[in-house]
Amino acid sequence: MHRIGVFVCHCGTNIAGTVDVKAVAEALGKEPGVVSSVEYQYMCSEAGQTLIKDAIKNLKLTGVVICSCSPRMHETTFRRTAAAAGINPYMVEIANIREQCSWIHKDKATATEKAIILGRTAIAKVTLNTPLTSMESPVTKRALVIGGGIAGIQTALDIAEAGFEVDIVEKNSTIGGKMTQIDKTFPTLDCAACILTPKMVDCAQNEKINIYSYSEVESVSGFVGNFTAKIKKKARYVDAAKCTGCGVCTEKCPMKNVPNEFNLGMNNRRAIYIPFAQAVPKVATIDADYCNMLKKGKCGVCAKVCTAGAIDYKQQDEYVEREYGAIVAATGYNPISLENYDEFAYSQSKDVITSLEFERLTNAAGPTSGQLLRPSDGQHPHTIVFVQCVGSRDTSGCGKPYCSKICCMYTAKHAMLTRDKYPDTDVYVFYIDVRTPGKNFDEFYRRAVEEYGVHYIKGMVGKVSPRADGKLMVQASDLIANEQLHIEADLVVLAAAIEPDKSARSVATMLTASMDTNDFFTEAHPKLRPVESPTAGVFLSGVCQGPKDIPETVAQASACAAKVIGLLAKDKLTCNPCVAHSNENLCNGCSACEKVCPYGAITYSDKEFRMPDRTVAIRRVALVNPAVCQGCGACTVACPSGAMDLFGFSNKQIMAEVDAICK
Amino acid sequence: MDKREEILRISGVDVRKCMRCGKCSGTCPNYDEMEYHPHQFVYMVETGNIEPLMNSKSIYKCLSCFACADRCPRGVEPAKVVEAVRLAVIRQKGQNHLKASQVPDVLDEDIPQQAFVSAFRKYSK
Amino acid sequence: MQVNENKEFRPLIVAFCCNWCSYAGADLAGTNRMNYPADVKIIRVPCSCRVNPMFILRAFQRGADGVIMCGCHPGDCHYTSGNYFARRRMTLLFSMLDFLGIEKERTRVEWVSAAEGAKFAATMNEFVETVTKLGENKRLEDLRCKKQ
Repeated sequence: MHRIGVFVCHCGTNIAGTVDVKAVAEALGKEPGVVSSVEYQYMCSEAGQTLIKDAIKNLKLTGVVICSCSPRMHETTFRRTAAAAGINPYMVEIANIREQCSWIHKDKATATEKAIILGRTAIAKVTLNTPLTSMESPVTKRALVIGGGIAGIQTALDIAEAGFEVDIVEKNSTIGGKMTQIDKTFPTLDCAACILTPKMVDCAQNEKINIYSYSEVESVSGFVGNFTAKIKKKARYVDAAKCTGCGVCTEKCPMKNVPNEFNLGMNNRRAIYIPFAQAVPKVATIDADYCNMLKKGKCGVCAKVCTAGAIDYKQQDEYVEREYGAIVAATGYNPISLENYDEFAYSQSKDVITSLEFERLTNAAGPTSGQLLRPSDGQHPHTIVFVQCVGSRDTSGCGKPYCSKICCMYTAKHAMLTRDKYPDTDVYVFYIDVRTPGKNFDEFYRRAVEEYGVHYIKGMVGKVSPRADGKLMVQASDLIANEQLHIEADLVVLAAAIEPDKSARSVATMLTASMDTNDFFTEAHPKLRPVESPTAGVFLSGVCQGPKDIPETVAQASACAAKVIGLLAKDKLTCNPCVAHSNENLCNGCSACEKVCPYGAITYSDKEFRMPDRTVAIRRVALVNPAVCQGCGACTVACPSGAMDLFGFSNKQIMAEVDAICK
Repeated sequence: MDKREEILRISGVDVRKCMRCGKCSGTCPNYDEMEYHPHQFVYMVETGNIEPLMNSKSIYKCLSCFACADRCPRGVEPAKVVEAVRLAVIRQKGQNHLKASQVPDVLDEDIPQQAFVSAFRKYSK
Repeated sequence: MQVNENKEFRPLIVAFCCNWCSYAGADLAGTNRMNYPADVKIIRVPCSCRVNPMFILRAFQRGADGVIMCGCHPGDCHYTSGNYFARRRMTLLFSMLDFLGIEKERTRVEWVSAAEGAKFAATMNEFVETVTKLGENKRLEDLRCKKQ
C-alpha cells in the first residue's frame, strides 16, 4: 500500500497570494493513499527540506508529492531531498501550482480549485511511479576521428593536448585533406601549406595521436563511451614501418602516365607515389590499378631501387578492431561534378577549370610550378572570367539548393591574386550576390574591386563556347547595365558548389547519426548543440556538418574537441533512467519502434521463450539499450502491441493523470 | 481577371522563385532584339507591371527556344512567362496577327512546316 | 441570455506539453503573469511524440471538452524528429475524431517554443474560447465516468 506525503508550498505570497494553500492541503489529504498533507512557507528552503525528510522517515512515506513551482525549477532539488531521506528519488512528483496556476489566475476560488486538481493529478501519477536507478556505464578513454583534413587534425590535436589518445582514420595516403591543395587562404593571404603542414607534423609526432592513413572505418558498434570500430587498413604494398619516404621509387617507376589526383589530373604521377613533399605519413603507396607488377607480375623496379626493402607486393588489407569512447565525424567535402552544366563547356575545353584546379595552377607545387598558364597551350591568359554559384543555390535539380558559402571569398582571392601578379590581365567576376559575412571579409572583397580593379558584374554567364582559335566566347548578362555581354576569354574559372564527401553517407549509417537531405550531418540542436550529433557520443567537425571556411572549421573542430574531452574526462556515464523498455512477452518483433528511434537505441535479438505446452519457441524481440535511449517515447506510441513503455512517463501514469484531470 | 493573375495562371510559373541571377538573359540567343529581356519579364510580372510587356514587340522576338527555362537554376522557366504574356495579348479581341486565309500569301517553299505551326501558335488564337 | 449560459459552462481542456519547449513556454507565460483560463490543465510529457492517441481518446471518454497538444517547432525538437511523428499521428487522429463527431475545433496541435510564453497564453485563450462556443462534448463520453 502506498503511503504518500503531500507538501504544499506557499512560496511566500507567490502561491499563497492566489491559492488557498490550507484548503489545498486539506483537500489533498483526503485523497486515497495520502497519509500526510501539510503546507509550509518555503518548501525549497533548508527548513522545508528538513520537513520533507522528517516526514519521509517518520511516516515511512513511499511517495512524495510537492505542490510548488515548476518541476523545471526544483525537481532535482526535491529528488535529492528524497534520496537523502532514503527513498528512491524518482518517487517524487511535482504539481506545478505556481507558474501554471497561481501566477496566471487572479480569482482565488478558481486557482484553489485548479491547484487541487493539479495536486490530485500528481498523486495519481506518483502512486504508479516505480523506483528507478540511474545506470552507469564506463567510458573508454580514446577518441576516433574519421577524416584527417584540417577539421580532423585540429580536433585530434586538441583532444591529444588534453591527454587523451586519438586515432585518425584517413582514406587517402596522407592526412591534410583539401587544405593541402589550396594555395593561399583568405582574407590574410597566408599560404595554406605554411600553416597546415606544421599541424600535420604535430599530429605525426604527438604520442597520443595514432594515424591510420590509407584506411577506412568498416563498421562501428556500441554506444556512447563504449564504441568498437573495425578499421580497414588498405594494402599500400609498402611497409610503412620500413619506408623512409626518400622518394627514389617514385622517380624510377616506369609507369609515368597515371593522372595525379593531387593536382586534379592536370599532370601525371607514377604508379608508386607520395602525394606531395610534406605528406604525413611520408610513405609511398602503390596504385594497384596502374602497377605493372601487381597487374601483370612483371617489373619490380621499385623493389629493386628501395634500399630500405619496404616494397611488399604481397601485402593484404589488414583489419584492426579498437574501442573508443567518442567518435568524431570529419569527413569533409568535394566540389560537385559539373556534368549537369554543359553550357559552361567544362568537358569541352581544357581552359574551363574549377576553382580548385585554379588553386593548383597558382600553387608553386602545382603542375605549372605556380605560373598561371592556360592548360591547353601553356600561354598566359589575358582575360579571365570567374563564374560564381555554379551548382549552388540551384533548385532545378541539377545542382545543390544551398549556398556553398566559401565561393564568394575564394573567387575574390583568386581575382585579387591574379591582378596582383599579372596586372595586364582583365578579370571579370559574374555574381548573383556577393556574400561576405566574416571578419575582414567584406573589406577583402572591396579591396579586390577598388584597389585591384577586378570587374564585378551582377549577372550570370549563360553560355561558354570554345572557338577554333582557342578563345572562349562567354555570353553573359549584366543586370545593372541591362545588357548582354560577349567576352572573349582565355580562361574561365567555375566556382563549383561543394557537397559532402560520398563516404559520409556510409559513415552516418554506421554511426546511426542522422543526415539532412543534402547529406550533411545534422547537429543535435541547430543553435545550442552545433557540434554534437543527436546520437550520443558522436560529434561533428568541419564541412561534413555544413559548408564552412577554414577559420570556422578550425573553430568548430576545437569546439568539437572540447565536447569530446568533456565526455572522455568522465570515468562513468550516468544515464537518464527515464528510458524506454520493452516487455518481451508482448513484443511481436515488428520493428516499428526501431524505425522511429532517432538514436538507434533499439536492437532486435532472437530469444528463447518457454511456451505453455513446455516447448521452446524462438522469437524476435526488441531490446532497448538504456545507455543510448534518450527517453523521447516515440517508440512507445509506434508499438502496435503496447510492449514498449517509458519509465517515468508510462502509459499507465499518463492515463492516470488524464483520469485525474477529468474526474 | 487581373492581368498578373492571368499570366501566372496561363504560365503556371511561380515568379517568386526567381533569385535574380540573370542566367536567363545571359543565355538568351535573341537578347539584343528584345526590348524587354527574359529576366525583366519575370521581374515585371512579379511586380504586376504587365502593360509595357504586352505592348512590346519583345513577345514576338522570343524564339521560344526554352534555353532560359532549361538553364534557370531555380526552375522559374522565363520562356513560359513570355509565352503567357503573348497568349494574354492574342486572347484579347482583335489581336489576331495571322489568319488561315493569309497563309497562301506568305507561303514560301523554303520555310519549314514547323515554322508555320510555330507561327500559328505565336500569332493567332 | 446566451452570454449567461456560456458563463456557466466551463470547458475541461487537457493540454499535453513537451518538457523542452512548450512546458517551458507555459512556465514563461506564468513568470510573465499572463492570464489564461484555469480550464486548461497541463500534462507534462518528455516529447510530443510521447502522446499516444490513446491518451486523447481517454480524455474525451472521461469528459474532456477539448484537447490541445503543444510541442517544439518543427525542426527544433529536442529529440530531433519527435514532433514530426506527433504531427503525423495527430493529423490522422484528429481527422478520425472529426469523423466520429468530435469537431476539429476541439482538437489542436500548436508549436510553442520555450520563449513563446505570450503565444502559449494567447493560444490557450483562443482555444478555450473556441471550445466554450462549441459547448459540452457529448461524443465518445463514457456516461459511467460522468461527474455527478
